[in-house]
Amino acid sequence: MSATEPEGAGPVAATRFEPGESVAGAPFWAATRERRLVLPWCAACEAPHWFPREFCPSCLAPDLDWREASGRGLVHAVSVMPAPANPSMAGRGPYAVGLVDLAEDVRMMSTFIGVAPDEVAVGQAVMATWEPLTDGRHLVVFEVEP
Amino acid sequence: MSGASQFRGRAAIVGVADAASPTGMIDGTVRALEAAMIADALADAGLTIGDVDGVFCNNATGWAASLELAEYLGIQPRWTDSTQTGGSSFEIHVEHAAAAIALGLCDVAVSVYAATPRSDHKRGAGGWRSRQGMGVTPATEWELPYGLRMPMGAYALAASRHMATYGTTSEQLAQIAVSTREWATMNPSARLQEPITVDDVLASPVEASPLHKLDCCLVTDGAGAVVLTSADRARDLARPAAYVLGAGTCHTHAMISQMPDLCVTGGVHSGAKAFALAGLSPSDVDVAQLYDSFTITVLLALEDLGFCAKGEGGAFVADGALGPGGSLATNTSGGGLAYTHPGQFGMFLLVEAVRQLRGECGRRQVAGAEVALAHGSGGVLSALSTIVMGTEATL
Repeated sequence: MSATEPEGAGPVAATRFEPGESVAGAPFWAATRERRLVLPWCAACEAPHWFPREFCPSCLAPDLDWREASGRGLVHAVSVMPAPANPSMAGRGPYAVGLVDLAEDVRMMSTFIGVAPDEVAVGQAVMATWEPLTDGRHLVVFEVEP
Repeated sequence: MSGASQFRGRAAIVGVADAASPTGMIDGTVRALEAAMIADALADAGLTIGDVDGVFCNNATGWAASLELAEYLGIQPRWTDSTQTGGSSFEIHVEHAAAAIALGLCDVAVSVYAATPRSDHKRGAGGWRSRQGMGVTPATEWELPYGLRMPMGAYALAASRHMATYGTTSEQLAQIAVSTREWATMNPSARLQEPITVDDVLASPVEASPLHKLDCCLVTDGAGAVVLTSADRARDLARPAAYVLGAGTCHTHAMISQMPDLCVTGGVHSGAKAFALAGLSPSDVDVAQLYDSFTITVLLALEDLGFCAKGEGGAFVADGALGPGGSLATNTSGGGLAYTHPGQFGMFLLVEAVRQLRGECGRRQVAGAEVALAHGSGGVLSALSTIVMGTEATL
């Protein structure tokens, strides 16, 4: 999948709230350093879940594999924020926040880039891409598919 | 005995109190307001603090809401409950209290809420930064980075999905605010008492599309309390009792991104259980108090409780069905949209429902109200709790 900044780009300034990292989420965040989107799969259920837990939320088994996701999804719902929603978003103009249904049948919150916020619509096909965080991790965001 | 026969009508709300102002502000600390509401509600019932053996409080100043409140009040309860599900906490408190009273585990229960967010804001206290200190939670890790404005953004996502799925319109959502405001014109304590139109709602600023400012609840100071006791004891008390006929609760998620279906709340389950225990159906409800954090919250409640079919909420409200003279008198106090909304409104749903059953509501009284419903929604459409209550005639 595409990257939003050149390989080896230098430090970037924080332009949004940068999340801490849970034990359960650590493998996800590690993969984002290489701009890889991975999901936790339960070995017993053969199903992914989102958000990351230390166990499968269907059967509570602790045996998880992290598998690469396609990055393809559909916009499930979307809302445009006319102004920054909190101080860490200062300087951002109108932007769209939504829920994306990934092809792997999990739903995650994200935001949309490279498109006018008002043009993001429920049902649109989107593809995962990356926005750099200041510590080398990346935030998964989505582009509307042409 | 069946669950219904063990529960239905065994406990009653016998005292209520609330405080709110057209200025949006009321004087006093949270603890002073809680004590005042408890005293007022007990006086309303004809009881005293010495009668109270059950304490229900969701509003922790430290780590344990009911402990801290009881200590402050100087009482030693034998039934305690700090259930915190946001705005629906108080419907759950009534459910739990009624069950405990029905089993003889508690005699007189009090649930209380007070908050002064508007005054706090004027003093420069509170705000978003205070929420960041909670460390790594699923919400801070998987939602907060995207800048969804909370809480309205979460409800906006549900509205977005409902519009895309069922063709619900902004005009239909706006009509909910218009009908609610009609009731508020008849509540002298309401923050907003001027009538509005659908065009007014649509012309108000977008807070998080598709929700406009007038689709969103107020931020005001406010306080309230309810007192419950057994049906047997209720008959000897000062005011007509509002008997708890049915109750139900269901929570489905904490984060909006985890809501199983953005168009269906746990109200499907809380309502079905409450009606089943009560032996009643939506058509029996004379007056409904449906948590109106946002207009979409009401629309989903109407569908999930069975007042109309799923997807038909927009058409149901469009002709003013919720307003004075409509087919389902709803949010007769003016609701969280126009009366008061001190962070959590569930207490005020209960207080208004009881007052309607007592016939105390003056110009906004629904004539002959015998069955009232209070439906709390907490979190981000997360925790739904439904109370069906009735006058003595419904027993």
